[in-house]
Amino acid sequence: MTAVELPEDLVSAMRGFAEEAYPEECCGFLLSPPQPGGTSTRRRVVAIEPAPNVSDGERRRRFVISPAELRAAEERAGRAGREVSGFYHSHPDHPARPSEFDQDHAWPWYSYLVLSVRGDGEPGDLGAFELDPERREFHDVTLAVLPREGGEPGTRL
Amino acid sequence: MPRATVRVPTPLRPFTGGRPEVVVEGENVGAVVRGLADAHPALRSHLFTPEGQLRNFVSVFLNEDEIRTLQREATLVKDGDVVSIVPAIAGGADTKARGPRPLASDAPAPVAFTHDELKRYSRHLLLPEVGVRGQRALRRAKVLLVGTGGLGAPAALYLAAAGVGELGLVDFDSVELSNLQRQVLYSTDDVGRPKLEAAKERLERLNPGVRVVRHEKRLDSGNALEILRPYDVVLDGTDNFPTRYLVNDACVLLGKPNVYGSIYRFEGQVSVFDARRGPCYRCLYPEPPPPDLVPSCAEAGVLGVLPGVVGALQATEAMKLLLGVGEPLVGRLLLYDALEMRFRELTLRKNPDCVLCSPHATQHELIDYPAFCGVPEPGAATEGVPEVTPEELRDALASADPPLLVDVREPQEWAISTITGSLEIPKADLPERVDELTRARSVVVYCRSGGRSADATRTLLGLGFTNVRSLKGGINAWAERIDPTLTTY
Repeated sequence: MTAVELPEDLVSAMRGFAEEAYPEECCGFLLSPPQPGGTSTRRRVVAIEPAPNVSDGERRRRFVISPAELRAAEERAGRAGREVSGFYHSHPDHPARPSEFDQDHAWPWYSYLVLSVRGDGEPGDLGAFELDPERREFHDVTLAVLPREGGEPGTRL
Repeated sequence: MPRATVRVPTPLRPFTGGRPEVVVEGENVGAVVRGLADAHPALRSHLFTPEGQLRNFVSVFLNEDEIRTLQREATLVKDGDVVSIVPAIAGGADTKARGPRPLASDAPAPVAFTHDELKRYSRHLLLPEVGVRGQRALRRAKVLLVGTGGLGAPAALYLAAAGVGELGLVDFDSVELSNLQRQVLYSTDDVGRPKLEAAKERLERLNPGVRVVRHEKRLDSGNALEILRPYDVVLDGTDNFPTRYLVNDACVLLGKPNVYGSIYRFEGQVSVFDARRGPCYRCLYPEPPPPDLVPSCAEAGVLGVLPGVVGALQATEAMKLLLGVGEPLVGRLLLYDALEMRFRELTLRKNPDCVLCSPHATQHELIDYPAFCGVPEPGAATEGVPEVTPEELRDALASADPPLLVDVREPQEWAISTITGSLEIPKADLPERVDELTRARSVVVYCRSGGRSADATRTLLGLGFTNVRSLKGGINAWAERIDPTLTTY
């Protein structure tokens, strides 16, 4: 995958969740139409679904999505003709760069969105990342935010 | 060899040629997952560390259960089971060691057996695995029984009969009529007596050669090490998690084997936790379950003969440890199902990250176990909950505007006793049946002894009810103080 497309209203929704959870991290699922074979270079996120952050330690610096929650989300997505294509989480008062911890726990194939959220109410940045299949690198992918009325991909954040 | 279906998560399907499911043979979950990696080698680096351990962010489910809640990789697999690999963030894995070793050495000068003793133990002396030497080892041995209830009672009888030199008993309860259905150490005339008084008498009548030492107190972090220290083997016959963790931890800290047994309705478990050569109870269960999830015998009921079987198995393991014979249940969990009449065995592994018994353990002393297990302080369960005494309830029921009575016990308890006119809604069903309670009237909720009804009252207050109270002491207090025709249990 070299690019992730995301409608603007999902970005707003994600910001809402991030602000609500602040100063803790929020997290959730990215849902996309299934891509059999997975050869496309674009992934279109059509919905997001928040997940409980069940980290029992420092939820200001950590998120954990329970495996049971992921299984349930996959089932729900499957029934709706979608698949879980990745995850989003917020970095309270930290930039939207993946941490070493993010990379250590990442899986190939999934897209990871990281949203920075700040206590002063200023909007933080948003980044998209993927792990390469050899687990060597967690690299940046292009993130295209689609304007509300559909149309052409907008600016990269 | 059983064949299981492995569900491959989407991110790993590129490595299985796009297949979402692969059928793999293997005895246990670990073997199945490794078999999958053997068949599709590109998967290996995603599932296992270079050292070959399952990665800590790989969760594996056997059917609906995460294997960390079962026996991890050693969880046995049946034909047709579904093993799901689910991406996650977590931790855990394994090593183990075991082998029998006698506990009581023959060092001190042997004392000859009397003629009567030779007769008494003759069936032991005939066994080459016991003989005079083994019988002496038993006579020198000291076994501590924590709890002299369902499990401790049969174990104490057999250990005393076998000629174990000293039996320490820890308990602080009195004998109740409802104990006699399974606690075979006590008789009907013992009802109301302190258990240890009755137990000592009975055991000394059975075998005057046994010293019975009474520890008539609640085992706690302050006294556990001191009480356990003199004993060779500890037999855990407790009925609650705080004491169970306390016994385990004290045994690990003192380097003693802990012969574990537990019972629930028709099922039992037995193992020997000896951290010097195998896992401890914490390797199996690092965290206690939530306090309201696991009902006690008093709440859930238990088949009377079940603790007899499990306690006798514990006594067998204690004897083997003392004699140094056979293969102890170290690293194995024996499961007994009385309804199916089936024994199963699971392999337990030492948790390399165990906070208590691993090389990098972080806990080196006893802790506050009631807090660790989330057990509320006495009184805390009902703290802040509006209550009504049995006398106040009696008066309210006789008034012009009587409250609606709601019995939140389980259906099988309704048959034992009930207050006439009660609406019967098990606690768990309350949220969905809340419409049956009219908000206009006042409500009084009750259970057996006041704990569940306090919870239910909190639930109702949370749902917007204002005039709701919990019957203090439950239907048992009502039976004792208002209506003596009712049965208490």
